Amino acid sequence: MARMKFLCDAERCIECNGCVTACNNEHDVPWGINRRHVVTIKDGQSGEKSISVACMHCPDAPCAAVCPVDCFYTTPDGIVLHDKDLCIGCGYCVYACPFGAPQFPEESPFAVRGKMDKCTFCAGGPGLDNSVEEYKKYGRNRIAEGKLPLCAEMCATKALLAGDGNIVSEIYIQRITKRGSRPETWGWETAYNFKSGKGKNP
Amino acid sequence: MTTTNRLLPVRRLAIIAVLISLLGGVMYYQVVSSDPSNPRANFWRVIRAGIPAYTSTPAQGHTILIQNGGENWREIRNGIITRISPWIIILALIGMAVFYLIVGQEKLEKPRSGVKIIRFTRDERIIHWYTAGLFIIMAITGLSLLLGRFLLIPLLGHTLVSGYLGASKILHNYCGPLLLIGIVSEIVLWLPFNIPRKIDFDWLKNMGGMIGSGPRPHIGKINAGEKGWSWLIFLFGGTVGITGILLDFPIWDQTRYIMQVSHVIHATVAVLFVTVSLGHIYMGTLGMEGVFEAMWTGSVDAVWAQQNHDLWYEEKMRETGETPATASPQNEQRA
Repeated sequence: MARMKFLCDAERCIECNGCVTACNNEHDVPWGINRRHVVTIKDGQSGEKSISVACMHCPDAPCAAVCPVDCFYTTPDGIVLHDKDLCIGCGYCVYACPFGAPQFPEESPFAVRGKMDKCTFCAGGPGLDNSVEEYKKYGRNRIAEGKLPLCAEMCATKALLAGDGNIVSEIYIQRITKRGSRPETWGWETAYNFKSGKGKNP
Repeated sequence: MTTTNRLLPVRRLAIIAVLISLLGGVMYYQVVSSDPSNPRANFWRVIRAGIPAYTSTPAQGHTILIQNGGENWREIRNGIITRISPWIIILALIGMAVFYLIVGQEKLEKPRSGVKIIRFTRDERIIHWYTAGLFIIMAITGLSLLLGRFLLIPLLGHTLVSGYLGASKILHNYCGPLLLIGIVSEIVLWLPFNIPRKIDFDWLKNMGGMIGSGPRPHIGKINAGEKGWSWLIFLFGGTVGITGILLDFPIWDQTRYIMQVSHVIHATVAVLFVTVSLGHIYMGTLGMEGVFEAMWTGSVDAVWAQQNHDLWYEEKMRETGETPATASPQNEQRA
């Protein structure tokens, strides 16, 4: 069974926010909620880097640990999902999450927040796959259709990778071994018959 | 002259070579020695420190790529507060039960006289029971939100507990400001009675005659225990109130850090508040004969007043002597 992961390549992300737009459109996310967002560090300075971030689907998810109604669950693929019928809108997941992934439709007096919304890795939620009800609450269930998250599919520079963690890291290893237009694994081609940027690590 | 001219290009070359090597050394120093640490590692280290960055969707804490406070908050809430708080309350209940079994109820030493002395006015009682009722609602809903997942879900299942905790959250968030009004009213209303006096130290020596032997100390209208509880209401109520308002109104751009700190203080102090309030409830009901009617009906028996608040009793007797309308002369004699 795959272990689903996101990876954003900071050397490639150009802060186009295409992933955010793709996500908002695919899942018909209400205005004001962004399941994915792009953070730009050192904006306008030398060494500027952008990273697209959403729910990282942690194995030991802090949101799930602090939820008073225990509404989170992890699929066999390692995707962290939540049940909006159980959510009471306490906001504890926002306090706990390192990545700012949980989003609420409102932040009103008397802590009225509505139901929490977050990235589902395009895997919907509990209930019948690809039903109208699931779409309204959680958005499209692309995983059930055999597809990967749309944000990564739409990424113009292929900075954002999504899928089985092993394949994602394999792609990333291929990239970083030939960055700067030449192999950065000094001596490997001679010693280990390693073809940087091509195929698996022997 | 000719020899010097012939050597001139060689000398120039030597000078240039020395200059270039010096320049190279300076460049090497600038590149390598100026930053001995790894600049790329420093870059990511700064992100772990949680510096704000730019994002085009800045709402809901998106400007910080990784906030570390969440894991600390999780450890404090799940690891310390949730694990310890039920035991604090259970130990307090056990302690009270043991105290009741060993010391027992403090009885009236003489039979009731039938003479009633007004202790709390109607307004005082309304404010007390308004605050007390809301306090109990807040205590039950608050403890449910803290412990419900561990105590209730295994018993009742997710759906029922979600419904109950959803209602608890709404009640807690709307009753909170109302309780704060009650607490502030109580503090203002009873402040003149709660100024510590010298005789309060005598009371504290044997807890008003409840613990050990020793003579019962002289006490005015409010004893040191009641004064202490009032000041704890001021301290705990103020702390829980301010942090509660911050949590209840997430509309002033509070950062996640402020919310985490507020929540930790709120939960910790609230558990202590509930624990101490159990002592107050015990003393106001089971702990002492004839005390509950003071706040329920507003008046106490003269015997109770003489036994437990002798100075206040004498003062009241002098007052009623001047105005005999409140107590008839025969009753006064009997008392």
